[in-house]
Amino acid sequence: MSKELEPLADPGLPEHVHRKADIDPIAAKRAERQVAVLFSLSAAGTLLFIYSFFFIKEDLFIFIPVMGDTNAQQLGIGLGIAFGLLFIGFGAVHWAKTLMPDQEVIAYRHTLRSEDSDRGEFIKAAKLGAEEAGLGRRPLIKRSLFAALGLAGIPAVVMLRDLGPLPGNSLNETSWKTGTKLVTDPGDRPIKASDLEVGGVAQVMPELAPGKKRTLEDIAKDAVLLVRLRPIDFQLDAERLSWTHEGIIAFSKICSHMGCAVALYEQTTKHLLCPCHQSTFDVTRAAKVIFGPSARPLPQLAITVDADGYLIAKQPFTEAVGPSFWERKS
Amino acid sequence: MTARERIAGNVANYVDERTGAAAWMKKNLQKVFPDHWSFMLGEIALYSFVILLLSGTFLTFWFDPSMRHVVYEGSYQPLKDVEMSAAYASTLHISFDVRGGLLMRQIHHWAALIFLAAIVAHLMRVFFTGAFRKPREFNWILGIGLLTLGIVEGFLGYSLPDDLLSGTGIRIAHAIIQSIPVVGTYLSFFAFGGAFPGEIFIPRIYIVHVLLLPGIFLALITVHLMLVWYQKHTQYPGPGRTEKNVVGYPLMPVYMAKAGGFFFIVFGITALLGAVASINSVWLFGPYTPAQISAGSQPDWYMGWLDGLVRMAPPIETYIFGHTISWNILIPGLIIPGIIFTGMALYPFIESWMSGDKSEHHLLDRPRNVPNRTALGVMSLTFMLVTLINGGNDIIATHFDLTINQIMWFSRIGVIVLPPLAFVITKRICLSLQRRDRELVLHGKETGRLVMLPHGEFIEVHEELSAAKKFTLTQHVQPQAIALVTEDKQGVLNPKGIRAKIQAKLSKANAENIAKPTATELKELESGHH
Repeated sequence: MSKELEPLADPGLPEHVHRKADIDPIAAKRAERQVAVLFSLSAAGTLLFIYSFFFIKEDLFIFIPVMGDTNAQQLGIGLGIAFGLLFIGFGAVHWAKTLMPDQEVIAYRHTLRSEDSDRGEFIKAAKLGAEEAGLGRRPLIKRSLFAALGLAGIPAVVMLRDLGPLPGNSLNETSWKTGTKLVTDPGDRPIKASDLEVGGVAQVMPELAPGKKRTLEDIAKDAVLLVRLRPIDFQLDAERLSWTHEGIIAFSKICSHMGCAVALYEQTTKHLLCPCHQSTFDVTRAAKVIFGPSARPLPQLAITVDADGYLIAKQPFTEAVGPSFWERKS
Repeated sequence: MTARERIAGNVANYVDERTGAAAWMKKNLQKVFPDHWSFMLGEIALYSFVILLLSGTFLTFWFDPSMRHVVYEGSYQPLKDVEMSAAYASTLHISFDVRGGLLMRQIHHWAALIFLAAIVAHLMRVFFTGAFRKPREFNWILGIGLLTLGIVEGFLGYSLPDDLLSGTGIRIAHAIIQSIPVVGTYLSFFAFGGAFPGEIFIPRIYIVHVLLLPGIFLALITVHLMLVWYQKHTQYPGPGRTEKNVVGYPLMPVYMAKAGGFFFIVFGITALLGAVASINSVWLFGPYTPAQISAGSQPDWYMGWLDGLVRMAPPIETYIFGHTISWNILIPGLIIPGIIFTGMALYPFIESWMSGDKSEHHLLDRPRNVPNRTALGVMSLTFMLVTLINGGNDIIATHFDLTINQIMWFSRIGVIVLPPLAFVITKRICLSLQRRDRELVLHGKETGRLVMLPHGEFIEVHEELSAAKKFTLTQHVQPQAIALVTEDKQGVLNPKGIRAKIQAKLSKANAENIAKPTATELKELESGHH
């Protein structure tokens, strides 16, 4: 491959320089003592551990600069273990560096490639084996074996079928039905438009049927954020405007990007921001994406009030909430 | 013979008569390992793995990997009577009601961060010094496998406590699975046992985290180390070091003491971190609920680049033939990582094809002597760094008083512009360093000592390098470009066609080097000077 130009001569391994401890018995003795001191410090660390574990009260907090108020027992246990280990390490390394031989030695590499004769015999043995099995001569056995082996893999996949149910239409559905009351979360109290001041935000959930409990799977689809603006702030088409009520607009709180809770509302700009990937939605324009990776607005929930003045859903969500998926109707 | 020698002799005899181990031990106790600080990086990864096994086993004695709802009754007052999963409650129990439990949690988490940091540093060392070249390609691939599994294992680990932050991470993983075309929705329903979050995901990832992946890790690490052992370690070039030998210290006693001691140091430092540096304080986040989130949600550092990529993705989604494809998730979440990891795994073969180098290598490269590879490495790191920065854009924005938009746009442009720039700059720097090496060998070191010659001229005295130093700077083989054969003597076109052209081009770029000084040049110069 490369035409090696005449290289410089290899001067060989540099001469070994003796350390102080190699030639001076006093220095060697000192190194020995240093190693012993390091090992003793390790033992002291373990004693600190034992003391901390058994004799420091669990609720004792001490103030340590930088760390602040710190649980004394956890700290003592931790430092005890740390010192117990560290000083064994320091001692061993110091020992190796000062007292064990430090003269570099040369070992030779063996060639990885096998001898030609071995390679030849290997090929012969492999061929003979295949010959004796008769795979080449008996294609019927070969083919049926491969077919059987291939099929035998099927159970390994099919057995996993019951890991979970099929999605069905569930991703397109939420608990919001026409007329579902908006209730506070937490608290589960129905709310009126007057409960929310202009500029205010509230998280709401669909009202539960009596005796039913709200699951995390429900919350992952049902969470809705209410924002109240002055009605003149909206820049919506007539239909979307009719989905609001007295300046209150409702969006799914589940990010249309990857499903995080869109929890940050900037009152001055009227933007909703998802803290996960910074998708930013403009509340005045039906949660239009104005920045970040999300490709869709947050689904808007049409709301109105019932006869008693409580906020209710005018209709279910008109699209699937949360992150996209293959079957999603856009 | 002392009593101790007699006992040791009896034990050795007993074992040897049953295993014949003495012959093997004789050879291997004297096995020589070359010495260099950068060879400790892989060691740190190995030791961190042991620490992870030990501390992780301790945690399993109390951790309850269940998503069943419980009401917290432990001693952490702010969350008293709060409804949460058993996983989260038992994590709080370990943190507040098990002596040393919090310490073990923190050691486990720190060890995971160190484990992956050490793997990445080790990978960089192996890459930049060309240690992955023949015959070590398999071990490189095993290493890439370990890195990939390490990232998955780390993610599963910090997902287990089921706190608000980890639940958000799972939510994002769920969205990535769901974005896979055709099968994504089904895969997510199978993985989660139904709709997100379900009650089965944490028990499932728990068994993967504590049994399946550690088992695979053990197997892969064993093979990784056996190959190092069998193929013998690479060494840095220098006087007396050749492709045919290994220069270093014997395993017994020097390496046993050094490596054994180093294990205790790594463990000790991890324990020290666990004792004084709090990490992943899950009790501050509260239990997971899909409707809440904490601002500044950040994954662990080794996932940061992925999160950064997802954050900077342009908002592209298509809806064709009744099906939605989220390119904004697919490209940064699956396609780019797939390309990166496949490319890394195949790199030894790509480089050998580019350079036409099929020979065995046991002497490491000095990174400057392989400008193309070094530049490629720095280019990849630059890409990763930009994505990592973007992964922390919210934190950077609040700390440096910038807007998220500024950082996002910097990253979106930077991720495309900066890596090629890094390539060019690195390559130039490498060539400059080669020029400097040449200077040093031919003209010696500048001493800063100025001398006025009798006729008034000033010169700076140059000090000649030692023979050892000169050899180190010139021992490498400089590659030659592969000549492009468009047609052979009979006028038959090269059947490789465009592939041969690409190879010739790449090998030419690969061979771009400053000619190293030869013995002849040096001799001529010497005879001229004196």
